[in-house]
Amino acid sequence: MLSRVAENIYWLARYIERAENTARLINVTTNLILDLPRSANVGWEHIIEIMGTEALYNEYYDAIDERHILRFMIADVHNTGSILSSLQCARDNARTIRDIIPRETWESINDLYHIGKTSTQAGMAGIARKNRYQYLQKIILGAQTITGQLAGTMYHDIGYDFLRMGRNLERADMTTRIIDVRSADLLEEEHESLTPYENIQWMSVLKSLTGYQMYRRIIQVRVRRPDVLKFLLQEKRFPRAFYHAVCEVESCLNNLPRNMSVLEHVAELQNKVLAANLDKLKQAELHRFIDVLQFGLMQTHTGITETYFAK
Amino acid sequence: MAIRWGSYKVKGIYDELIRAAGKPRDVAKPLCDYLRVLKDREIEEYKAAAELAIRVMGITFTVYSEEEGSIDRAWPFDLIPRIIPRSEWLDIEAGLKQRVRALNLFIDDLYHDQKIIKDKVFPADLLQDSVNFRPQCMGISPPNAIWAHICGSDLVRDDKGTVYVLEDNLRVPSGVSYMLENRMVMKRVFPDLFEDQNILPVDDYPSQLYDMLASLSPRKIEQPEVVVWTPGIYNSAYFEHAYLAQQMGAELVEGRDLYVDEDNVVHMRTVEGLSRVDVIYRRIDDQFMDPEVFNPDSMLGVPGIMRAWKAGNVALANAPGAGVADDKVVYAYVPEIIKYYLDEDPLIPNVPTYKCINKSERDYVLENLDKLVVKPANESGGYGMLIGPQASRKERDKFKRLIKRDARNYIAQPMLILSTAPTLVGNRVEPRHLDLRPFILSGKDDVHVTMGGLTRVALRKGSTVVNSSQGGGSKDTWIVDMDEH
Repeated sequence: MLSRVAENIYWLARYIERAENTARLINVTTNLILDLPRSANVGWEHIIEIMGTEALYNEYYDAIDERHILRFMIADVHNTGSILSSLQCARDNARTIRDIIPRETWESINDLYHIGKTSTQAGMAGIARKNRYQYLQKIILGAQTITGQLAGTMYHDIGYDFLRMGRNLERADMTTRIIDVRSADLLEEEHESLTPYENIQWMSVLKSLTGYQMYRRIIQVRVRRPDVLKFLLQEKRFPRAFYHAVCEVESCLNNLPRNMSVLEHVAELQNKVLAANLDKLKQAELHRFIDVLQFGLMQTHTGITETYFAK
Repeated sequence: MAIRWGSYKVKGIYDELIRAAGKPRDVAKPLCDYLRVLKDREIEEYKAAAELAIRVMGITFTVYSEEEGSIDRAWPFDLIPRIIPRSEWLDIEAGLKQRVRALNLFIDDLYHDQKIIKDKVFPADLLQDSVNFRPQCMGISPPNAIWAHICGSDLVRDDKGTVYVLEDNLRVPSGVSYMLENRMVMKRVFPDLFEDQNILPVDDYPSQLYDMLASLSPRKIEQPEVVVWTPGIYNSAYFEHAYLAQQMGAELVEGRDLYVDEDNVVHMRTVEGLSRVDVIYRRIDDQFMDPEVFNPDSMLGVPGIMRAWKAGNVALANAPGAGVADDKVVYAYVPEIIKYYLDEDPLIPNVPTYKCINKSERDYVLENLDKLVVKPANESGGYGMLIGPQASRKERDKFKRLIKRDARNYIAQPMLILSTAPTLVGNRVEPRHLDLRPFILSGKDDVHVTMGGLTRVALRKGSTVVNSSQGGGSKDTWIVDMDEH
């Protein structure tokens, strides 16, 4: 398989997953802000920090408020991580590999792009609070449809391995960022008055990853921070858990040639996440730990790029 | 009943299917009888079926527009085929083979001894000024001395019924995928017509093309690596590049996928690492192929590809420089070229052509611009042409100046009235002008001509511009064997 084609497949999957998870990230933030008392003084700016896009945001916007931040995250094509940019990039990548992906999937990708585009224009209906949930839900569902179509109809050769690797690396990365929303100095842990909210917030993190129901089934205790972290980071069988996603990448790599050095990065990352004592991680430490995990993902990505897509 | 052949007006212009109102040619009789009894509703159903097939098969062509960038449009297709009896086709086929053989000898001569110039049959000046002559190719001998492996020659029939060659496309001729897809559509829509008549098949083209390309491989191995080189998704013929690659089971590559090493060997970048390439069917113009040799700014090219080709480590089809014979001024000399190399008379005539480079012919052209069609030597797709009888005085004056400034770059031909064929307009039939582009493959031992070719039809009433970018459509082309009944 041509490197360029493999790379396009890989990025197609990343961008679709990115659109979906950005929608999830906005959902969880919306819920957190609604749940927290005003005194907590929690703002939207954290979402920009978590995505690592403060500099870019400040270049284009003066005010830091919900409306502008959401515009930036959803519809601003200057932000390469916005939902609309992701959908556009997904479509551009899909265009060049139309002989590899099933025709229906190409049409779904096209459709989703048009949905993303039209709902954010004309009065920005997708950004107004009233319609936001529906809009984000459409994006999530559309992305899941594409993922499902590819699983069900694409030829499962090494091209499909590149697709799964892209999807899972992006997913692992976004899961860490969604956890980061909660750990970024939103609240001081010692903040006594907020304890009652603690669980509600972790619940909304789980819900944003469609993990609440599964968590209840598997963990069967009330929602507690260490258990949620274990579930989202170390659970092998939950598809949006970090460890699961990394294991998926590993299984794809096993089908590919010249996989030695990338597999080493993956093994290191697996060890790190499993070895972590999540009970002990305070907010600041958790934030640092997440940085470590994100760095490991980056190394894996770089390894894949250098091994398989090198120019 | 919707289609009445009795009211189909032929008006003294040769029609491919109908001899005179109500009288189909023998070869078209079964088709005309079939269509005559269709009800409006049935015609609608057939049209819808064809549209569906085109959509499902994803047949598109790309048009560039300012607002939307490049967009894919569905391929405009007319349901009524153009039919040619096999006996007539055999003559045309022989003429095309003769022509391409002579053109390949001509190109090879130009890049070696230039005997034809020394013998004063072809003017040296013309070669000097040719924008498609590549001095970088001098002295190179591609395998079997073939430069134009794939040629698309445009044929037209005039109002009296004579078939002429209008031009030869030797650079990167396109359209063959539409020929193949048109047939697929027709077989889906009218299976019974194919059952009842002996319509000769066209679908062996991709395997013929593959065999020809594979035979060029410098490495004599079981399965040489053949690739199709496309400029990318924004090229108007991208659909065809992808289609042919898929049909041949070849990789579709872009310039950035290829790499030439220090031993002048071409590789493509794959997830397994570098993988050697033997034959490149390139669908990119000479000028963009190699920034080391041609346009240094080319982003699409591959540095070193010409080195590899010269070293004989990779085959390029068509060979760089083959376009020298794809020039409307060279075209005017093809009858002489055939005579010179093959000592034969041309089996298919050229359209009478005035070469503006010759003073007497130029004077005639300048005097008679209102009767002539003027074409620049090196434009394709119908751009930069003057259709004298339809042009305004201002446009004619502009061309007068252009011709005086750059005489070598222009030829003129009498305004041909192209033959017509019945074409669906709503649920009725009306005559529309058309042409035909067969594709000729030149291999080591054999020249192969497609069975028919791509018929392009000017869908606008009275128009003779058949290019899809300018309102043209296409028809399936049937070569029918009448003897087997």
